Amino acid sequence: MRKYSTVAAISDIAAATRRMPLVGVLGWQDVRQRYRRSALGPLWLTISMGVMIATIGIVFGSLFNSPMTEFLPSLASGIILWGFISTVVNEGCTSFIASDAIIRQLPIPLFVHVLRMAWRNMIILGHNLVILPIVFVAVGKSVHPVVFESIVGFALLLVNLLWVSLILGAACARFRDLSQIVASVLQVVFYLTPIMWMPRSLPSNVSVYLLDFNPAYHLLEIVRAPLLGYAPSALNWTVSAALGVLGWAAALIFYSRFRRRIAYWL
Amino acid sequence: MALIEFENATVEFAIYNATGRSLKKQLLQMATGGQIGSDERGRVVVRALEDLSFSLHSGDRVGLLGHNGAGKSTLLRVLSGVYEPSSGSALIEGKVGSLIDISLGIDHEATGRENIYTRGALLGMTRATMRQHIDEIIEFSELGQFIDMPLRTYSTGMHLRLVFAVSTILRPDILLMDEWLSVGDEGFRHRAEARLRSMVEATKILVLASHSRELIMNTCNRVIWLEHGRIRMMGAPAMVMEAYFGRAPDELQAA
Repeated sequence: MRKYSTVAAISDIAAATRRMPLVGVLGWQDVRQRYRRSALGPLWLTISMGVMIATIGIVFGSLFNSPMTEFLPSLASGIILWGFISTVVNEGCTSFIASDAIIRQLPIPLFVHVLRMAWRNMIILGHNLVILPIVFVAVGKSVHPVVFESIVGFALLLVNLLWVSLILGAACARFRDLSQIVASVLQVVFYLTPIMWMPRSLPSNVSVYLLDFNPAYHLLEIVRAPLLGYAPSALNWTVSAALGVLGWAAALIFYSRFRRRIAYWL
Repeated sequence: MALIEFENATVEFAIYNATGRSLKKQLLQMATGGQIGSDERGRVVVRALEDLSFSLHSGDRVGLLGHNGAGKSTLLRVLSGVYEPSSGSALIEGKVGSLIDISLGIDHEATGRENIYTRGALLGMTRATMRQHIDEIIEFSELGQFIDMPLRTYSTGMHLRLVFAVSTILRPDILLMDEWLSVGDEGFRHRAEARLRSMVEATKILVLASHSRELIMNTCNRVIWLEHGRIRMMGAPAMVMEAYFGRAPDELQAA
């Protein structure tokens, strides 16, 4: 029985990846809904994010006495990526709840709903990314060829976000107040992770705790560092990869156990 | 080959009230050794289906009878693969298609054409297949120029014609229906009826939940009568219908 449900869980995930056209259609539909009767659509979010980056950049930049050429690109890429990470985790909590009508009516692999949520946020991330070249040009920062490493980093980040969303989606379908807890935790992690501040502003004895023991830092760094022109450290890569492997192992055990209950919890 | 085999399939829902849904309360309960909330831990279990055993084969046209709340919708959901039985087993072989809630996934701000593709994707059809069918769907739904208008501009009839036209291009092995679909005005209804008939004829197993005596007598060759989630009676339509509805009025007159 146990073995059987693991196979069923894996085949649900495999079947979901075969339903990519459906994921694409639903994800686009979500984004298009934001464009309806609004010429800018999700770009409104991009604009407000841009304004936020400019404001924080000026205030914190002068507060920390950091040179703008360095601080602003780091802040911009950090906020854009964190926006993606935190939205995926937050919406991961509701990925099954939000699709309850479909789940209770059509036997579509459940992981499709997680992928749809991730795809929708990737499209929105694409919108927000237009801020980066503007910032880079504004402060006169050039792009290093190492930037392509961020694609690999992003893939690894996505792998990690997917297992987190899968577990949270199922758990939040059962315990509805869990999503509030997750939102608060994300808020705390945002301040603990070097997004609004530069890692080197920390005294070295603190940085071990705030950086090395912070998984969010490693996951952020494998995408952000190449964007800023330097390669992520070996530790960044190792921790991110290890998280991906262990996380998916845990997610598979969890999903095997509870996948068939999800429809009942909605 | 289509096959449905239920063996002691039971479906139980745990009803979680606000307490059961709250992780905080559960943790508190753990910390306090079950003192707090022990009286409000209301985990009520509703048994929607109990111990169903039957098998259906190609050629079966099954009518589902039963009062509201007897478990018909739950059974249809188990058949569609949405619910897996909480105990017992339900083996379903063959592609399942459903004509229940055919408006699911419709986006009112999107155009008719966009909705055709969305709906098709939900039903598991590829874009290429949809492209083959799209002209037929547009023609059948008689929407003309409206196909490129947002759905919110449609009348109820137009909306129904569109979703009907999309959902009936499926050719599943097992077809699930909750009451017979009847859409549109007089002219359209005849064409819809013909289209639905051909779909029903092409399917290997039909499961149709209905309250209509006439419909079941005309369509089905087997009937399952559900009561309180159990099979009250299963067999040939004439026999089960007589038990369910009482004897037919004309028979009563003859007697």
